[in-house]
Amino acid sequence: MIAFLTAVLASGVRTGTSVLFATLGELFTERAGVLNLGVEGMMLMGAMTGFGVTWLTGNPWLGILAAMVVGGMMALLHAFVALVLRAEQVVSGLALTFLGSGLSAVLGSPLVEVRQVDRIPTWPVPFLSQIPVLGPILFDHNFLVYIGFLLIPLCWFWIYRTRQGLELRAIGENPAAADVQGIKVMRQRILYVAFGGVMAGLGGATLSLALTPTWVEGLISGQGWVAVGLVIFAGWDPIRAMFGSYLFGALRRLPIDLQNFARFRANPSIGYFTSMLPYLFTIVALLTVSIGDIGRRWGAPAALGRAYVREDRDA
Amino acid sequence: MTGSTASGTMPSGRLRLRLEARDQPGLLTHVAVSLLLLVAALLLAGVVMMVAGGNPLDVYRSMFGAGFGSKWGLNDTLVKMVPLTLASLGVALAFRMKMWNIGAEGQLLMGALAASGIALFAVPPDMPQWLALGLMAAAGAAGGAVWGIVPGWLRAQFGVNEIISTLMLNYVALSIVQFFVYGPWGERGFGLTPMFERNTWLPRLTEFADQWSALRGLTLHLGILAVPVAIVFLAILLNRTKFGFEIAMVGDNPDAARYAGVRLRRTMIIVMALSGALAGLAGMNEVSGVVHRLLEHISPGYGYTAIIVAWLGRFNPLAVAVVAFLFGGLIVGADEIQSAGISSLLQGVILFVMVSGNLLIRYRIRLRAPEMLE
Repeated sequence: MIAFLTAVLASGVRTGTSVLFATLGELFTERAGVLNLGVEGMMLMGAMTGFGVTWLTGNPWLGILAAMVVGGMMALLHAFVALVLRAEQVVSGLALTFLGSGLSAVLGSPLVEVRQVDRIPTWPVPFLSQIPVLGPILFDHNFLVYIGFLLIPLCWFWIYRTRQGLELRAIGENPAAADVQGIKVMRQRILYVAFGGVMAGLGGATLSLALTPTWVEGLISGQGWVAVGLVIFAGWDPIRAMFGSYLFGALRRLPIDLQNFARFRANPSIGYFTSMLPYLFTIVALLTVSIGDIGRRWGAPAALGRAYVREDRDA
Repeated sequence: MTGSTASGTMPSGRLRLRLEARDQPGLLTHVAVSLLLLVAALLLAGVVMMVAGGNPLDVYRSMFGAGFGSKWGLNDTLVKMVPLTLASLGVALAFRMKMWNIGAEGQLLMGALAASGIALFAVPPDMPQWLALGLMAAAGAAGGAVWGIVPGWLRAQFGVNEIISTLMLNYVALSIVQFFVYGPWGERGFGLTPMFERNTWLPRLTEFADQWSALRGLTLHLGILAVPVAIVFLAILLNRTKFGFEIAMVGDNPDAARYAGVRLRRTMIIVMALSGALAGLAGMNEVSGVVHRLLEHISPGYGYTAIIVAWLGRFNPLAVAVVAFLFGGLIVGADEIQSAGISSLLQGVILFVMVSGNLLIRYRIRLRAPEMLE
């Protein structure tokens, strides 16, 4: 049993890393007061680009880099439409998701045939990976998982312990007041939206270069939307985002982990129900924060989803 | 940089772009700007196709020809228009009150599932056709409604974000359908159920070929009659009833609506039920009018396309139907060139360009010297 739980948690950490990146990115975007529902589309483009560039160059790190650039560029499109042109942010984000799924399907169609590219290497941490239970869970992964470990405290530190983080929270809560303080609201929002896209691109490439590793149409299968949900579940806090992401990862891998048991192998139709679990988990996760007073303690940034127009300040 | 946002940060003495809100954008402005944007979207998508190594002119020509170029093409387009219109009207209803129901795909699947259950297990072969179809339509609407009520209730009662919950339920619905078509209802593991009895089929035009020979071979089914009915129903509901007024009020300002005595929770749940029911009817139409069985890929993404159609139709029932007709042709065209990717790419670009261009409808862009501003 302990071996099984260890395996579940280890694969949870590994599988949850892609959604963790996307969640952290969207968390910053929303902290800045901008809602970007295009995460799914940006992850799809990231996954496709990362896989394609790796196939062309043979270097998965170049693939990761390209995925981050593409994700950032797509996010800038949302920033332009939603912030500069002041379109409705929900619809602009939805449009970005449609665009990403269509574009990745068309541009990625030659890649569907490709079976094998170099994946991001796995590196068991010397000595630490030998620790029973904790070793496999935390220290026997590919490099991207470790990058995730590093990013979580960094994000936390940035938001709560730096001047930039203070400004970030200000533009998300009360952009007019931040503006009066001399904070460049528009410029910072655009940068954080772009950061969200970079992270979503990274998350997508994590899936196509470290986890599956392959490209098919619609590879992300809703994980971008899960990321948007996890941001709410996390109450816009990176530490809670980590728990949500890894838990999601564990549930997502559960159908495969359960194959170790003869009872599940004998009854494959259970797989249709276990594959619903990560999606139901996301709904339940949202429900728990709504029912508890967590939602009120860690509320959404007050200006989330609203364009800031300087001349409307007094209105 | 457009936008008055920039005016404070720019050095004075330069010409500035300035946005002026239009008082009441007229219908002509709407149509003219929309057509302009559509052309822009097609050009943009064409550039992408060229990058991907295709010839956009050929693609557009064969797509248009397939969808609208002949009697057969129009027939196929109208067949696709039926589920698309029903689902889009459902989405439009929810969007009208700013309930972001993006779960039409799952609601459609659950409607198809429920209608199929009736067709397979509750309809004896000698049941009158009208009764069988009525039962299937009721089941389809109910199946979709349930899949709308769940997120509606979660939102109304607990404030669970409906964007996420409806989208998640799409994947859950797909898994449920897969379970049934590969499992208990399936035929030899091909992911489809046996063919339904004839009395559960919506009659096709070709069945009337004895009276009118021009109809021979046309697969358009009587489900098309649901389109005008749904349009009129929704137009009356939205524009002529107290409930419709309440929906618009909640959409514009939920707080004001609550103070005015609108029961928000009840309204939300009813709207989500109706929205889901319309998508569920779309699913019933597909199993009963087109494939006559349930299969995993019963929908090529009608529920997702419906989001775009609803928004492009500005939540106006008649306009939604017109856009649904055009997008039906788009889907037929994409089938013709065997690339679902092109279709979703075009849909994405069109929505994106339209969303950005919304600015042109709401605002007039003026170029002015700064002194004149003061």
